[in-house]
Amino acid sequence: MTVWNLSSFLQPYLILAVLLFVIGFFGILYHRTIIGMLISGELILAGASLNLVAFSRFQSPNPVTGQVFTLFIMGLAAAEASIVLALIITIYRNYKSVNASTLNELKG
Amino acid sequence: MQLISSGSLMILSGLVFLIFSAITLLGALVATFSKRLIRNASGLALSFVGMAGLYYYLYSPFLALMQIVIYVGAICIMIMFTMMLAEPRGNNGFTPMGTVLTVLALVGCSLMAIGLIFLVGTYSWPVTPQNASFATMKDIGRDILNRHGLVFELISGVLLIAIIGAILIARAGRKKV
Repeated sequence: MTVWNLSSFLQPYLILAVLLFVIGFFGILYHRTIIGMLISGELILAGASLNLVAFSRFQSPNPVTGQVFTLFIMGLAAAEASIVLALIITIYRNYKSVNASTLNELKG
Repeated sequence: MQLISSGSLMILSGLVFLIFSAITLLGALVATFSKRLIRNASGLALSFVGMAGLYYYLYSPFLALMQIVIYVGAICIMIMFTMMLAEPRGNNGFTPMGTVLTVLALVGCSLMAIGLIFLVGTYSWPVTPQNASFATMKDIGRDILNRHGLVFELISGVLLIAIIGAILIARAGRKKV
């Protein structure tokens, strides 16, 4: 394994996926707005997709399965994002803010 | 007549792979650490473009196409539209948590990253024979509609309900015009 043929090994993809997942996880903790949390969640999903495709390319006898599951993840991510963005528009209309800390009416 | 030797072609391919990896990570870092929401969304789009390049290296060009169309073309644009509708000023979008909490979260996430990368590096992954054939678009379509037909139908139902639900939620509380 040299630096020029990294793309034909499994580990570089897994390390990239780990970094995407961890950056997204930190982003969910770091951002205080719901839009920022949604963006970080998309990063986590991207890391999971990269993992699936890498395993199906290097470890699976059938190279199609991982790609099909990644397509399903993309469809579900689109549905999730549309719902969250509709919620954000409604929240902004009622609270005039997209900060997560302003949504505290149910706090005891 | 061979213009480029195979050795330099391999180096070029490795270089492009490194560039795509760097774009992916850079976009993710911008999406997390930038202080403006619009830059966060742009960083997300950059990261997804890099991932589309990585999908080419994983022999799945159809996924790269879908990554560009769905994520960059649809989701990022939708996020930016929502920012325009919800935070038109855009200057109060970011109020990070306290410094101590940020450092604690950074330390925890770094530990998680180090542990996972250690696991990836030390585990001896079984070497399976590489299949020379890679999945064409035809194979993917056949697999979706045969083996995963039920999942396909369920996801189309979920998408339909999500569209209706998004319209209902976004309309709620709006005054009649």
